[in-house]
Amino acid sequence: MMNQKEAAHAGGQAPALDVKDLVVEYRTHHATVQAVNHVDLEIPSGKALGLVGETGAGKTTIGLAIMRLLQEPPAAVREGSIVFRGEELRSLSEKEMQQVRGSQISMIFQDPMTSLNPVMTVEKQIAESIRHHEDVTQEEALQKAREMLSMVGIPVERGSEYQHQFSGGMKQRVMIAIALACRPELLIADEPTTALDVTIQAQVLEKIKELRNRYGTSMLMITHDLGVIAEVCDEVSVIYAGHIVEHGTLEDIFENCLHPYTQGLFDSLPNLEDRKAKLKPISGLMPDPTCLPEGCAFWDRCPYARGICKMKKPARAYCDDGHHYVECHLYEDGKITKSEVKDVG
Amino acid sequence: MLHAVDDISLTIGAGKTLGVVGESGCGKSTLGRTILRLIEPTSGRVLFDGKDVYAANRREMRTLRKEMQIIFQDPFASLDPHQTIAEAIAEPLKLSGEYRDKQKRGARVSELMEMVGLAERFYDSYPHELDGGRRQRVGIARALALNSRFIVCDEPVSALDVSIQAQILNLLTELQERFGLTYIFITHDLSVVNHFSNDIAVMYMGRLIEKAPAEELFLNPLHPYTQALLSAIPVPSLKNRRERIILQGELSSPVEPPKACRFAKRCRYATERCQNCEPALIDQTAEHSVACFLHSEKARED
Repeated sequence: MMNQKEAAHAGGQAPALDVKDLVVEYRTHHATVQAVNHVDLEIPSGKALGLVGETGAGKTTIGLAIMRLLQEPPAAVREGSIVFRGEELRSLSEKEMQQVRGSQISMIFQDPMTSLNPVMTVEKQIAESIRHHEDVTQEEALQKAREMLSMVGIPVERGSEYQHQFSGGMKQRVMIAIALACRPELLIADEPTTALDVTIQAQVLEKIKELRNRYGTSMLMITHDLGVIAEVCDEVSVIYAGHIVEHGTLEDIFENCLHPYTQGLFDSLPNLEDRKAKLKPISGLMPDPTCLPEGCAFWDRCPYARGICKMKKPARAYCDDGHHYVECHLYEDGKITKSEVKDVG
Repeated sequence: MLHAVDDISLTIGAGKTLGVVGESGCGKSTLGRTILRLIEPTSGRVLFDGKDVYAANRREMRTLRKEMQIIFQDPFASLDPHQTIAEAIAEPLKLSGEYRDKQKRGARVSELMEMVGLAERFYDSYPHELDGGRRQRVGIARALALNSRFIVCDEPVSALDVSIQAQILNLLTELQERFGLTYIFITHDLSVVNHFSNDIAVMYMGRLIEKAPAEELFLNPLHPYTQALLSAIPVPSLKNRRERIILQGELSSPVEPPKACRFAKRCRYATERCQNCEPALIDQTAEHSVACFLHSEKARED
């Protein structure tokens, strides 16, 4: 069977980012939080990967680990590799990493209110990050900053204002302007629209899509919102308790999802087409990350759980396309053909 | 002067749910709080069961408060961190004076906890030991403690993960069926409000701009803002993807708004008239009303 990597190579494209077997812990005096447990992520060049899961699933920790922005301690990256354009980010020095951050990989955070400097005009903040990475004069950097502003749909004359004069949606667009100012190859967006109203969210998502199309930027979109994923992503990884439980293309996940947790996420959502349909919540809660179960982390919430689920972690099972995979004991007996799936779901 | 809620008229049938939607700052929470008289209005009237809420004196208000309750968005901020779950639920019982007897009170607390699906083992827990969903259950138990009949739910599930959100929405539906509760459901989440409400009222900058039965509103939105709002929902499905209407610009300031349609600056159909007068809410059918000049003409012609 072809694994994910071979499949990607067969397509002739090296991935923009390849995370393998990443393990991150937070250590406190009382306990060790197992935030990220053997995570694999692969973002094909020029594509957008959605990382979807609930609060506390480890999504943001993964983003920060890739950027090497985790505060260590209490965080500790225990294992794994993060390969960006063939280079292992974990073995770079802090100085080398600073050259990567902002110019090759950028990150947008959920809360634009706290990410901007309150005592610096907006255009200067964009110019600052340009000057950090490119050998340009202040005047050239400001010129470029103003171009970025108009590209994200903010009138150029407002560049000389401060962040408190901007609304939430505009601040987030400033963050996008900063993140894209140096044309990074990879953009990590951590819940970029969660704090925004729907009509403003639509504006921001549209902008992100438009700019990605123009520059061919690869993206990791971290979100809890399957609607946002459907809007902007090409592939999806579903994370539960710090581990990827299912991965596939947008079609694989939205039309043929395999893992009971993925199914549960869809069933929990109100259906716009059928407003009378009763919601089917996932019972219970995510396990305590300081003492994860020995077997499948989802077993005590899973409607299909059997004895083995509690005892043993499920191995990865690939679909016959060699790309869509799931980690669940329901599918361990070998290859999955898509027709089988219906019987379980 | 900031007109947070401006000239709004609504009726809600007993046992029904009215969804109030709109973006941050549109006045939807202020509306909910004003209805409960947690905020005194500059002018206007609220009738609950035929009784004028603002005309009630202190004693009458205490009785009314038992029947009209609120559930807040952030159950962590609305619970006292020093109170156990049982104490928090017992507080309204104590204050009402109806449950002086400690044993009777304890029995009612247990009954309420069961009603909202809180296991007995959380009786002596503190709010920080509970997850968001369970804390919201405590908020619901407190609201129901004195057999209230009308509850303003102010973004009750916005802070929760989808799987937990569904649990709380199902609980609210169950309780409504069981006790015939009437809800005002305030939210910015349109798919939630569609699932949950009989009627939906759409607000924009303090004004009610459209009101219709939920199904009708989603099938046939009339106001250009409602149309944009509905089209902006990110749909978690690859089928039936709808064309998006991307609005230009943002909310203008609600301080001293000009005499014009408040949406005119962002509206793609805006005419000169929209800049100079404010459209009134006009019934299109018995159940569907809208405040927009595009439709006021039509109503007059019919």
